[in-house]
Amino acid sequence: MTSPSTTSHRLSQRVQRDGFFQLLHAEWSKFRTVAGWVIGMTAAALTMVLFALLAGISGNQKGSPSVPIGPSGGPVTDSFYFVHQPLAGDGSITVSVSALNSSIPEGPGELRPGTVPWAKAGLIIKKGTDQGSPYAAIMVTGSHGVRMQHNYVHDTAGPVSAAAARWLRLDRSGDAITGYASTDGTNWTKVATARVSGLGSTAQIGLFVASPPAVGGGGTAGTVSTATFGDLRTPEGWAGGDWTGGQVGAKSPTFAGYPENASGSFTASDARFTVTGAGDIAPAVRDSLPTGGQLRDILTGTFAALIVVIVVGALFITEEYRNKMIHLTLAASPRRSLVLVAKAIVLWAVTFVAGLVGAILATPLGERLARGNGVYIFPVPSSTELRVELGTAALLATASVLALAVGAIFRHSAGAVTTVVVAIVLPYILIAIPFMPAAVSKGVATVTPGAAFAVQQTLVPYDQVASNYTPYYGYYPLAPWAGVAVLAGYALASLAVAAVVLSRRDA
Amino acid sequence: MSAPGIIVAGLRKRFGTTLALDGMSFAVHPGLVTGFVGPNGAGKSTTMRVVLGLDAVDEGTALIDGRPYRRLRRPLTHVGSLLDAAALHPGRSARNHLLWLAHSQGLPGRRADQVIEEVGLSSAARRKAGGYSLGMRQRLGIAAALLGDPPIIMLDEPFNGMDPEGIVWMRGFLRSLAAQGRAVLVSSHLMSELQDTADQLVAVGRGKVIADTSVTGLIEAASRNRVAVRTTVPAGATTALVRAGATVAAVGRDTITVSGIGPDRIVTLLNDSTVPFSEVSAHHATLEEAYLELTRNAVEFRAETPTEVPR
Repeated sequence: MTSPSTTSHRLSQRVQRDGFFQLLHAEWSKFRTVAGWVIGMTAAALTMVLFALLAGISGNQKGSPSVPIGPSGGPVTDSFYFVHQPLAGDGSITVSVSALNSSIPEGPGELRPGTVPWAKAGLIIKKGTDQGSPYAAIMVTGSHGVRMQHNYVHDTAGPVSAAAARWLRLDRSGDAITGYASTDGTNWTKVATARVSGLGSTAQIGLFVASPPAVGGGGTAGTVSTATFGDLRTPEGWAGGDWTGGQVGAKSPTFAGYPENASGSFTASDARFTVTGAGDIAPAVRDSLPTGGQLRDILTGTFAALIVVIVVGALFITEEYRNKMIHLTLAASPRRSLVLVAKAIVLWAVTFVAGLVGAILATPLGERLARGNGVYIFPVPSSTELRVELGTAALLATASVLALAVGAIFRHSAGAVTTVVVAIVLPYILIAIPFMPAAVSKGVATVTPGAAFAVQQTLVPYDQVASNYTPYYGYYPLAPWAGVAVLAGYALASLAVAAVVLSRRDA
Repeated sequence: MSAPGIIVAGLRKRFGTTLALDGMSFAVHPGLVTGFVGPNGAGKSTTMRVVLGLDAVDEGTALIDGRPYRRLRRPLTHVGSLLDAAALHPGRSARNHLLWLAHSQGLPGRRADQVIEEVGLSSAARRKAGGYSLGMRQRLGIAAALLGDPPIIMLDEPFNGMDPEGIVWMRGFLRSLAAQGRAVLVSSHLMSELQDTADQLVAVGRGKVIADTSVTGLIEAASRNRVAVRTTVPAGATTALVRAGATVAAVGRDTITVSGIGPDRIVTLLNDSTVPFSEVSAHHATLEEAYLELTRNAVEFRAETPTEVPR
């Protein structure tokens, strides 16, 4: 115990650093000196790594058929009925499609006539019958008219209405493949020219029919379609009767097979062909590649980390109310709104760093382990991967600031944590329920703070592939950063309310 | 007397149906220890919270160096305060507790070490404050108040939880702060704590000031014309002196104080009544007695159960 010895330091030792920086410095000092909060943030990062580890080692798909990969590197569906013969060098082929009828399942083993919007029948030139090989095709569809498509992801609409009699023509000139459509077989309209490299000097050319699964009720059901072709005209010197028919990609992770009691076939008489097929020739989506993983699955730990950062965020202010240190804080800094802003900035920055470290460690680890187990992960460009990592960190950071703001309003940790967990984690759970109606899950992922999970979307929806593009499958209604903006809106609005009540009420 | 450090003028504040402050007005001057006394619930803490800008008032003003608290930049360099020694995060060490506070005022970390030294907490500075005794927390609170080296110090019940050694230390500490020219306001509900410490007394009850007086004058007034008598028979002495028209009060097992008649007459009366006595001397009132004398007639101090304002 020392005797009183205060000497006057007045005016001697004051470092003149005025303003907002002081507040940030003070709040940072507060944060880093409570072991529980620092441990919490570290745990949040480690949780993400741990979940990635579990996600990586849990799946085992070694020995399962490999996923077909298209020329651009993405997974594809390449399963359809192909009636073909080789074409050496350049040439042209013409056909009329007089009918395209589809059947969709009605019950177990029962089929009824119906419309499959993206059922396809037409002409195709393809390097070979290997899945994923380059191609170009002109076709009629169930309800999307004439289309010219090539290499799975490219799709161009043609001019001919769905109701008209449809004539199709495909020309090869080196790498340039041009598709034409006509209502009478005389007057041709060019649909598009596709540059397709790698077809080789002798490509396979002929007729094809594909019939992708019908989408409904949150799932899909296999369909089958039959097309009637006529007026098949081939280039001079091309053997007319020597056609081979068969299913491309009969066994494939992206092909669910034919409906019960249905199979692919073709019959030919003179220039008239009847072809029955199923499957699709298109980019793979989550529905068509159900065994494929996505980055989101590896970052499942976000869910647990969220709860941790919400708790720490709320405690960052409610602890001050609980032990009345808030009096000291507000006596030291009477500009109360700025105190709140300083707290929010420090908390956001700390959580962002923790989340980013967690995501950056978790992502490659989980991907590596999963791929080592033969699990196919939908590939993403490194820019997308970086966006997911930054976005996940921003999601965690913004959620913790929301918890801080609600904590400042409630002045009580239990209420604040419960409210914010319900606001963010509950939407996450609702989205994860497979039988949730699409409208509900899309609504939840649009208007609640849980919209921010959109930042973890890596899958690309395609107009030319009918599918369940719902949050459950990894397709969110909002763009990635728009989802984060919704959460940020909630956080900023709550901060504004908190600033007002903090300034108005007695401390 | 130089310009007051704290001026409180006409504070009025209502919590629901309770009138917590009812025209509270006083000033705290540099170089003096001002005792802020009154029963629990008299409005002492609320006044301090208003001075610090923590609570808003319905009416009135509280000024620090002529400015409202909320206008102060780096306020801890203007006024240091201790409201509640328990107001700290139990997981932080004393040093870290003072560190964030120093940073909030743009002060360097070494300032924290200096005030820890001053209050005698150096050996415990890196232990978690959650394990501190109340006395140690009081010292930590004092350290926080000193952090900005402010000309004004305001302490709410700083003697609470202190052991006798700590109370002696605290008294000396408060004296030395005043001797350095600081304005010191110390609240207490126990008068004995402020004995030999306070220069000025602001006595409050039911939200307003009852008396604002210098301690020296108060004790003189309370001691005036009173004589202390030591006797083994206080009852007999009392009977004899009261019969002669004196006012008598018992202050101890064998001591009574007498007013209304002088010491010579007392000796005569006691001798005449054959009451034994060992000492007759001029009485020196304690601060507590002076305070009781002062407040005897004020209805605000009657022993009703005071309603503590819940905070």
